[in-house]
Amino acid sequence: MDIDWGWIGEHTDTLSEHALIHLRLALLPVVFGLVISLPLGVLCRRWGWLYPPTLTIANILYAIPSLALFMIFIQYTGLTASTVMIPLTLYSLSVLVPNVVDGLASVSEPVRQAATAMGFGPLRRLMRVELPIAVPIVIAGTRVAAVSSISLVAVGQLIGQGGLGYDIIRGYQLQFQTQIVAATVLIVLLALVTDAILVTVQRLLTPWARARVKS
Amino acid sequence: MITFEGVTKRYPGGTVALDDVSLDCPTGRITVFVGTSGGGKTTALRTINRMVEPTSGRVLIDGQDVRERKPAELRRGIGYVIQHAGLFPHRTILNNITTVPDLVGWNKKKARDRALELMERVGLEPAMAKRYPFQLSGGQQQRVGVARALAADPPIMLMDEPFSAVDPVVRAELQDEFLRLQDELHKTIVFVTHDIDEAIKLGDRIAVFQTGGKLVQLDSPENLLAHPADDFVAGFIGQNRGIRTLSFAATDGLRLSDEAVRPASADAAEAAGPEWVLVVDDDRRPLGWARTAEAAGPLGEARLSPVGPTFQVGTDSVRVALDAAVLSPSGLAVGVDDSGAVVGTAAGTDLLTVPTHGTRDGTDADDDAPTLSKEGG
Repeated sequence: MDIDWGWIGEHTDTLSEHALIHLRLALLPVVFGLVISLPLGVLCRRWGWLYPPTLTIANILYAIPSLALFMIFIQYTGLTASTVMIPLTLYSLSVLVPNVVDGLASVSEPVRQAATAMGFGPLRRLMRVELPIAVPIVIAGTRVAAVSSISLVAVGQLIGQGGLGYDIIRGYQLQFQTQIVAATVLIVLLALVTDAILVTVQRLLTPWARARVKS
Repeated sequence: MITFEGVTKRYPGGTVALDDVSLDCPTGRITVFVGTSGGGKTTALRTINRMVEPTSGRVLIDGQDVRERKPAELRRGIGYVIQHAGLFPHRTILNNITTVPDLVGWNKKKARDRALELMERVGLEPAMAKRYPFQLSGGQQQRVGVARALAADPPIMLMDEPFSAVDPVVRAELQDEFLRLQDELHKTIVFVTHDIDEAIKLGDRIAVFQTGGKLVQLDSPENLLAHPADDFVAGFIGQNRGIRTLSFAATDGLRLSDEAVRPASADAAEAAGPEWVLVVDDDRRPLGWARTAEAAGPLGEARLSPVGPTFQVGTDSVRVALDAAVLSPSGLAVGVDDSGAVVGTAAGTDLLTVPTHGTRDGTDADDDAPTLSKEGG
């Protein structure tokens, strides 16, 4: 395989620009996914009957090919970034909702009881005891969602919104391997760096969890 | 005072957890709820801070129905300690202890100072303040649990099997320290345990619950041992009720004899009389037992058998004294004062006829004995 290093050197600007777009397209959906999953997970935890149907719906959404979802949303949001980000947000739910629920379930019964007996009301108990204790497991889910989202975004290039996906498809059309390899390597690097950042965030945020959650 | 008035808790399935329970938990005393599992003792405890609402009847604190107060606010005024401590894993030891002060809005400095003071009180190194619960042993976690419950200085403490999950040695340690702490703090404590020995050791009053949530007996530990209300209570208390009653008999009324006590300078020949004599030094501290038939010359130079366990007169119970008598080579229990000087000896049989009041032999001599060690030494 011949790599045209010269081309890469000349295109660092466009490549890094695409990388930033790529990150934005991939990670905003994870943030939205968290915003939806946290309350949804809390509700599922409070009313257990809600959890199985919620999880089933999230899994069904995940099973729908991204291409099909793009076609559906194109009718409403056109060839915009939203058309890529909405499906990715929905995909993230199948990982994030169970992790929020598991995270909340990791609060042991004595801890929950102690919190109640100390005089935490239900909301304060959630915000100051249960959610903080759920953080390591929620971040573990976020890592999976973020990495898979970074990899999935490339498909968005089919509707012109793919970040580094552009370089993969363009490289294919021009039969120019260097562009394909460069974009692919960058995507993998983005995933690794994002994951490393999340691990660091988790360590800093939850020093108490080092003994319990393997990261 | 906490008052239960005909408290019944019936669950939807028909299970009765508490069956018409009426009792008082006096202010400043330890009331122990003890019983078999399913006896409703934990349910009873939780009706006090409204973690369980009775189906009928009411619970009063100093005459006020607990239902007149908002649960969260009520609970902030009641300390709570549970079996596995239930420490917040995401908070440092310090922040675990300041939980309730934070909730009720103390300023940071005051809460912190209070937490550090309590850590010292319950026997935790100040260096532990910054650690997390997972870095502590079970016993240490339980101490933090107690400190956390005491943080906002609540007049009432509810303790649900707080010492059950630690090993017997640590448990005994925690129990002793708990009693010492209560001597200083005089909290109104309701303590749940399934361990009758723990109940007898800690309780000023003991409430025995039977399966089905029935209160079968409410009594002092002495009376519970001496006069169990029925076969269930007698069976629950278990073996050796009689001997265990002696734990409550004080040794300050014992008649102690000086007859077998000899100074080290005495000659063995003069020691004739009892088969064994207790050799003491100039400060009347026990050196050991000498068998008079075998000894010759000054007793201080004779071969001595170890003194073995002694009992502190007035502090230790007759049970401790009896134990000392059984283990002593001479069959005589050695009573010492708080400086460790020998007050006198008593035979096992003497210990079992405990007079309600009496004078001790050797008391006068003992008062003159120089006290070398500091108080309590």
